[in-house]
Amino acid sequence: MSQRIPVKELTDSFRGRAVGALADDQLRTNFRVAMDSLMKKRADAFPDEEEREGLRELGNHIKARALSRLPDLLEQLETRLTANGVKVHWAETNEEANRIVHSIIEAKQGSQVVKGKSMVSEEMEMNDYLAERHIECLESDMGEYIVQLDGEKPSHIIMPAIHKNRFQVSRLFHDKLGVDETEDVNELIQIGRRTLRQKFLEADVGVSGVNFAIAETGTLLLVENEGNGRMSTTAPPVHIAVTGIEKVVENLRDVVPLLSLLTRSALGQPITTYVNMISGPRKADELDGPEEVHLVLLDNGRSGAFADAQLRQTLNCIRCGACMNHCPVYTRVGGHTYGEVYPGPIGKIITPHMVGLHKVPDHPSASSLCGACGEVCPVKIPIPEMLQRLRQENVKSPAEQPKVKDGGAKYSRKERAIWRFWASLNTSPVFYRLFLWGATRFGKLAPKNVGPWTENHSAPVPARRSLHDLAKAHLNQGDR
Amino acid sequence: MSELFYDAAPNATRVAPERPRPRMYPAKPAEVTLFGTCVVDLFFPEAGLDAIRLLEREGIRVHFPDEQSCCGQPAWTSGYVNEAREVARAQLNLLDNGLPVVVPSGSCAGMFRQHYREVFAEEPDTLKRVEDLAERTFELTEFLLHVCKVDWQDLGQPTQIALHTSCSARREMNTHLHARELLGKLANVERLDHDHESECCGFGGTFSVRMPEVSGAMVLDKTRSLRESGAAEMVTADGGCLLNINGSLEKQKQTFRGRHLASFLWERVSGEVKS
Repeated sequence: MSQRIPVKELTDSFRGRAVGALADDQLRTNFRVAMDSLMKKRADAFPDEEEREGLRELGNHIKARALSRLPDLLEQLETRLTANGVKVHWAETNEEANRIVHSIIEAKQGSQVVKGKSMVSEEMEMNDYLAERHIECLESDMGEYIVQLDGEKPSHIIMPAIHKNRFQVSRLFHDKLGVDETEDVNELIQIGRRTLRQKFLEADVGVSGVNFAIAETGTLLLVENEGNGRMSTTAPPVHIAVTGIEKVVENLRDVVPLLSLLTRSALGQPITTYVNMISGPRKADELDGPEEVHLVLLDNGRSGAFADAQLRQTLNCIRCGACMNHCPVYTRVGGHTYGEVYPGPIGKIITPHMVGLHKVPDHPSASSLCGACGEVCPVKIPIPEMLQRLRQENVKSPAEQPKVKDGGAKYSRKERAIWRFWASLNTSPVFYRLFLWGATRFGKLAPKNVGPWTENHSAPVPARRSLHDLAKAHLNQGDR
Repeated sequence: MSELFYDAAPNATRVAPERPRPRMYPAKPAEVTLFGTCVVDLFFPEAGLDAIRLLEREGIRVHFPDEQSCCGQPAWTSGYVNEAREVARAQLNLLDNGLPVVVPSGSCAGMFRQHYREVFAEEPDTLKRVEDLAERTFELTEFLLHVCKVDWQDLGQPTQIALHTSCSARREMNTHLHARELLGKLANVERLDHDHESECCGFGGTFSVRMPEVSGAMVLDKTRSLRESGAAEMVTADGGCLLNINGSLEKQKQTFRGRHLASFLWERVSGEVKS
């Protein structure tokens, strides 16, 4: 059977995946509707601009202060947690982190894991790693549960299944769980809950993420809205928390403004339904809670970002997702187009440190630098500035020693030569005016098809007289 | 654990710069330099000329240095720092005469005011001149509104228009507020809102050719919401956005068009209607 070759071949690249996503009307509607609603919720949660800006500044300063003492704070965190009875593990790579998690489960002869939502566990691809070793991981966050049922990855860091609407979820539940189709969102949630309830009781191990790790008190703070986080961290006999090293903050006082920024920026909530503060395993006189608590602290390239003064700001991130909610590119192509765990603007600036620019060479370029992300970031990460810096690192030659993992992924002699030409054109008045002279006289003869530009635009036609020309004539005549 | 941080720069943690204070504007000067920008130079020269006329109408003598070319933004945003710096240095040298610089394009004015200090971050001596240029640079609508404090009589017929502002310029310099207030001075002009007004038109310099599909989807949405606003035309003070939006409208064979704000304003206050 011969099929017509599509005009644009879909390739396994950002651009290739974007072409597919842009052609999916349902997907685009789902994202547009959801992102519009999230933008409104955030705006409503910050009615006072002065208060919002003051809080963002405070958030930025708190994170900067924590990062300036990061090695010390991590050691303090380890000391405090250990004193509280929590076992702390260090992992430089995903592989190491997975091995640690697996060995903890193996020691307990566990076979069932129930998970609260954790982007770091997605980063580690923990579910796959454990499944290969015959350990079943069940996602208990509703969104994560939906994408897991469908064999997908999350498309948003806060709302993993935001790319699906309720009809698609209804069909999925019908197909996978054999229940009747229903368009009632509450009923859909109840179906999910009934399935999950039993699993909480059966699981050998609960896995969760961490929103803030507090060094002074050795506390792991976890926010959530469904109660599944509390169940995952208290019902099974063992709790394993996994998190990135940048989540540590100095003390509980620092958490108050950060928490407010997080929940208001993410979903427009004054606070989440559940705020869990975990300080250790069940004590002798306590009736519930896990017998063992572990924390796995993952680096996975973060220390690479930390090593550079400018790029270090990337680690301010508290994972609220506001940058993607406000991103005109993300809104149109959705999270899966990014091809990696963290989508959207934050994904574009953090992923290169994790996987290297060779794996995500288009990430830095996939932005119009409109600045919407930086404007809403609760901890004031200058995201457009980070993207610009990554573009620099991306086009460096090997001799220029790129400072980001696999930098120089987009180095091209040809493109460099074009920019060299552009620079000589724009630094030589004679050359530039000669160019203007030619363009204004012969511009109409230019080809009507000038590469990608004419896919969306008519061919640009230079004016017949340049401003240089018009201004000179006007100012010399003195016709004013 | 500490070996993770072996190559960390000491004291390398940055905090966000302080919020800019409201800009203090000087009295109206006798002379200014117009920096035309490369896009206006080649594609919208009439808008540059109209900007000169608007300034002259306020009794200001306008200089147009013949050696000017591009602010360096395309190379800068593409990651070609050395090339951007060379071109930026050429402009910096020719604008180094203390005169206010008026720019009929928001993002280029933003390049002078915000990004030259990043371009020359490693040259302390140049940075002094960069700060001086930043202090003297004004986007056209900002200059007309706050420095010239224009008082206009609207000589045009009643009309409804939509306003588009460049994202970076709006965020870096509040150009949307300046343009709105200027348009508000025109008695016969009604500014209509359009859907997702603050969203990017999809231009983003080389973004539009590196990611043509995504950029194309963005400009298609932008042109649709502009057309559906009910406005007779769109005005903008940014050449890049105008090139993008008009190019897309023409490709779609729409009759709706955008126009540079300078040309629109000159038409209203001079009464000259150009075909």
